[in-house]
Amino acid sequence: MTAIYKHRLFWPIVALLTLIVVNAVARPQFIKITMRDGELYGPLISILRESAPLMLVALGMTIVIATRGIDLSVGATMAVSGAVALTIIDGSDDPGNVGTVLIACVVAVLVSLVLGAWNGFLVSVVGIQPIIATLVLMLAGRGVALLITGGFITTVNSEPFAFIASGYLFALPFAFLIGLVAIIVLSLVERRTALGVLTEAVGINPEASRLAGVRSRSIIWGAYMVSGMLAGIAGLIYASNIKAADANAAGVFIELYAILAVVLGGTSLNGGKFSIAGTVVGVLIIQTLESTILFLGVSSAQSPVFFAVVVVIVVIVQSSRLRDGLAALSTRLRSRSEADEKVEVA
Amino acid sequence: MDEVRPLLELTGATVRFGADAALDHVDFRLFPGEVHSLMGENGAGKSTLIKAITGALAMDEGELRLAGERVAFASPHEAQRAGISTVYQEIELLPNLSVAENIFLGREPRRSGVISRQLMRERAAGLLQELGLSIDPGSLLGTHSVAVQQLVAIARAISADVRVLVLDEPTSSLDLDEVAELFRLIRELKARGVAILFVSHFLDQVYELADRITVLRDGAMVGEYLTGELLRIDLVQKMLGREIGEVRARGRASEDDADEASAAVLRARGLSVGQGIADADVDLAEGEVLGVAGLLGSGRTSLAHGLTGVAHLEAGVIRIESEAVRLDSPRHAISFGVVYSSENRRRDGIVAELSVVDNITLALQSERGVFRRIPPARRRELAASWVDALDIRPPDLDRPVGTLSGGNQQKVLLARLLALSPRVLVLDEPTRGIDVGAKVEIQNLVAELADNGMSVVFISAELEEVLRVGDRVAVMRDGRIVETVAAADLTADSLLALVAQPDEDEGED
Repeated sequence: MTAIYKHRLFWPIVALLTLIVVNAVARPQFIKITMRDGELYGPLISILRESAPLMLVALGMTIVIATRGIDLSVGATMAVSGAVALTIIDGSDDPGNVGTVLIACVVAVLVSLVLGAWNGFLVSVVGIQPIIATLVLMLAGRGVALLITGGFITTVNSEPFAFIASGYLFALPFAFLIGLVAIIVLSLVERRTALGVLTEAVGINPEASRLAGVRSRSIIWGAYMVSGMLAGIAGLIYASNIKAADANAAGVFIELYAILAVVLGGTSLNGGKFSIAGTVVGVLIIQTLESTILFLGVSSAQSPVFFAVVVVIVVIVQSSRLRDGLAALSTRLRSRSEADEKVEVA
Repeated sequence: MDEVRPLLELTGATVRFGADAALDHVDFRLFPGEVHSLMGENGAGKSTLIKAITGALAMDEGELRLAGERVAFASPHEAQRAGISTVYQEIELLPNLSVAENIFLGREPRRSGVISRQLMRERAAGLLQELGLSIDPGSLLGTHSVAVQQLVAIARAISADVRVLVLDEPTSSLDLDEVAELFRLIRELKARGVAILFVSHFLDQVYELADRITVLRDGAMVGEYLTGELLRIDLVQKMLGREIGEVRARGRASEDDADEASAAVLRARGLSVGQGIADADVDLAEGEVLGVAGLLGSGRTSLAHGLTGVAHLEAGVIRIESEAVRLDSPRHAISFGVVYSSENRRRDGIVAELSVVDNITLALQSERGVFRRIPPARRRELAASWVDALDIRPPDLDRPVGTLSGGNQQKVLLARLLALSPRVLVLDEPTRGIDVGAKVEIQNLVAELADNGMSVVFISAELEEVLRVGDRVAVMRDGRIVETVAAADLTADSLLALVAQPDEDEGED
């Protein structure tokens, strides 16, 4: 029992379950899942589907943060990715062709990879602080996206492209499956190879890692490339959802939500030890909260405040210092009646 | 002496962490105008005792009297207001503030209610002069060497009205001149009636400075002695509680080993690294330990960096088994079997939050590459064998390395390097700040490795250690290797003379 209590994912999962229970009590159909034409529907399924872009971005952010960095350019990268894909599809003779859409997506992801490589170059080779290095692209990226679309919101009517965000496969939303594959691939790469532990070593002590012969530069560079690539895929899902490339609206503030998800999942912003499972839970908390706001009919003017209040509560509940303080307080109150009692330091 | 009342008196001090007593009914007293040294191995309770005195830690039992009055400090700040200043081993200053600001942080001199920078600088300049430090009080602290920062920390401690001065390993990053300067200051404070608690691993310094010694072992008090009445060997025995393990006698590489040049594993000619070293030559034979002696700033660390690819070489050639190589990164050097252990264990050595097994296998794993992961079972087996071989305690593979004692952290680092089966091992102050027992173990280990054919460069600030471990000793001064002498031909005194010699006789350029 105490082992479960001390697991670092215990409190994030408690927070997620609490949110779901609150919703279910408020409106029982929240947890109802129905099967229509072999496809699953329901608020929970929607959460899984809608969480896909944030999931991808937050996974990349986790790896970048583990190296002691941060990637602010993910939202802009999403915009560029969407712009590239839609411009290619829009310019082709047959927007409905699966091959065209595939090429467009691959090119968009490759462009995102290049943007990630640029960030990684600035951080690992030039030695610019990550927050500044990625700020460059955060500010310039949307301009690049507008340049690609010629200043317009490019819209397309393409069945295969729309499938990315709204299609179903194996009874589950395709977008969710993309996120799932990313989670599995990333977990396997980080934990089945030595990349995870070397990333942590670089994040905790870069100089000691260099002296031990770790290729710190490649590891940091690679982290930004992964982040760029995942943001690119997230950009495709976003564009597919609205069937348009909106350079000004795609992925706005997503970098902040991604950072929040990583932190909610228990990964420290100081770098080092990271948890992919934690980030997944963090993303689900944020997405469930967004749905809650819609579901409970909180007015759009109040919703940011509501969101903020809940996040503050979740963060406080997770704070080990606060918990230790409360535990010590209750022990002290109890021990007044008893003889001297030892305060156990957790 | 007997009629003088102690200024500070601690009786029956007990501090428990959970079930373990870190300090068990210890008595300690400090007279005005004396230097009292606290001795013990790491984990003996020295730090705990200091923290109990300075209010950083609450005692479970026992009482503290200052000038006869019973006191209980809730924080170091309260203790400081009562006149107890502390300088810790790890510098706790702010590198981004100026030297003067650091000295007066929290009690800035004011003129009509406003902080007066001019007054602050003037007073700081006065204090620094007292310490023999000629630096600009307005310069940023972070731009100075660790040694200077340490002296600034001491300046800060004595800038307040100090009655009791606690110095926890104040000399570990100072060179001989600076130590002398510090000692002069300590004696001056002593003459003024300040009571000084002085903790140091260096027995020489303790014997030079201390009037009285209290020995702790495993949290318990062994006894209080007058320095003049306690023989060194007895002191060490009391600290260790056992017969001191003799350093194994090494079979010295005999002088008549022919073809020395051809047996050289590493030959370096004309190495220059920035401002650190110029035109240094190093020859290292198989199974040889080359001791490097020199003062802080003599270039001993730069030499190590130059040999191991850590620093960029401006000039010079390194040959490994007569093949010229360019070592442009530690990783590259590792591929040639040349490995380096930094003098700054915590900053450049361990990865504190990772486990013992992760730390030991770190270098080996990076050498194999990211995608050829060492299987988990093999990793643990490997790490366990090193933990066993080097007697790393506690033998817990999953414990974060940052929680081990200094000596055990050093062993983990050595295990990381030895797991690479290197040909040349460059150790920069491997025994700095670790307890006597671990020190002897590491010295023995180096001897054993050399007997098995490994070549070692052993850098240490302690001349006796260099002599004991090295087959030959390279003497460094002002960025040059001025002489390389067989250890057998040197005594501690003659080596000291070489190291400290002024540079006038080097007038040819």
